[in-house]
Amino acid sequence: MATLSTPRLTTIARDALAKDLRLEWRSKDAINSMLFFSLLVVVIFSFAFDPTAEESRVIAAGLIWVAFLFAAVVALNQTWARELRNQVLDAYRVSPAPPMALFISKTLGNFLFVAVLECAMAPLFIIFYNLRSIGPAYLLIVIAFLGTWALVVNGTFFAALSLRTRSREVMLPLLLFPISIPAILSMVEATRVILTGDGLDSLASWIRILAIYDVVFTTVCLTLFETVLNAE
Amino acid sequence: MKPKLLIFSFATVLLLGYGFCQAMYIAPTEQTMGDVQRIFYYHLPSAWICFAMFMVNFFASIWYLIRRTAGADALAQSAAEVGVVFCSVVLISGPLWAKPIWGIWWTWDVRLTSTLVLWLIYVSYLILRRYSPDGTVEAAVLAIFGFLDVPLVYMAIRWFRTQHPQPVIGGGKGSGLDHHMWVAVLWNLAAFLSLALLVLWQRYRLAMAEKELEAAHAEKAISMEARPVR
Repeated sequence: MATLSTPRLTTIARDALAKDLRLEWRSKDAINSMLFFSLLVVVIFSFAFDPTAEESRVIAAGLIWVAFLFAAVVALNQTWARELRNQVLDAYRVSPAPPMALFISKTLGNFLFVAVLECAMAPLFIIFYNLRSIGPAYLLIVIAFLGTWALVVNGTFFAALSLRTRSREVMLPLLLFPISIPAILSMVEATRVILTGDGLDSLASWIRILAIYDVVFTTVCLTLFETVLNAE
Repeated sequence: MKPKLLIFSFATVLLLGYGFCQAMYIAPTEQTMGDVQRIFYYHLPSAWICFAMFMVNFFASIWYLIRRTAGADALAQSAAEVGVVFCSVVLISGPLWAKPIWGIWWTWDVRLTSTLVLWLIYVSYLILRRYSPDGTVEAAVLAIFGFLDVPLVYMAIRWFRTQHPQPVIGGGKGSGLDHHMWVAVLWNLAAFLSLALLVLWQRYRLAMAEKELEAAHAEKAISMEARPVR
């Protein structure tokens, strides 16, 4: 006979994440739409200016992150759609499983999707925009990690927040972008510093702001997710 | 009109009128900027009141999440709306002053950009309220996010060099206002605060009335359903 005990947070988070990854592996919905979307952004930006010109290097950092930001919204919008069908979220609400586990699994899933996108798109940006880094390139990995986490943790949360609103797909960027401004500014500036080698002494401050942003909002998201899940 | 509201409105109009006289006629003309500087008597009180309103919104939202009282929610919504209006006044009066003094309408300096981002955050809050009238919990949660974001916004944008005049009040050496200018600032602050509280109070009453009406409608619908069909 099965014992009735409250399931552990890590077990549930792991199982929910495995389910999402399996579904994504079979359908490839999120990753395909994100990849194609950011490819379109790369091409369309190239009509606005000459991306290979030396002076374009200054704005390349902004372009890369804008492309990833918009592409991430495509995936974030689909986060909870699957759970709305057949009242999965309602079932989750009445189950004894900790709400935080669901949020953690969704956030990790989105983080992985966006990370795969970034790994796939980075070579394309380097080729099409003729990029090379003058500052310490290995720090780009740290910036990408912190920056992606900042977008994804708040994005997953706001996707849940806008579930009950009218036209929720429009709602997500409207809520996410204003709150994300400090994070976007920090990652764009940090990336620009590395790509152009200009003002390397400010690099540490940008990464610090990004890290503080991550810590503050991860804490707030984890604290308030239960409130949002049970809001009726 | 109720007597309390009448007295409050009358006092506000008097204060606004006296504040206007102070700012336009009594306060001395600034040496280098001339009369343009008089915008300051509206710019600064609006900025302070907008921050105060967003603070009210933050604490009312926390209170709503703890206690779930309709009053806290109505107060949070009203404060955000009044705050956005005063924030807009700041954002409009600033460029009007900047064009003759700096020669440009706008510059992406720390205080200007932070205020603009602040405005964006609270407009997104109002949009959420608009799109989801029942989403009071969601709105309260977003208000907490927005308020916590403000110091981070300021910190991130501080790395751009600042062009805004250093704080004249409570700033370093050499800052400070002439005695008469102080008087004008304080009168206008009192007048604008009175106006903000008046609007906040009325907006709060309206929000509460809307909630009551909604509850009455819901009750009526339930009682009609419960009536046996003959």
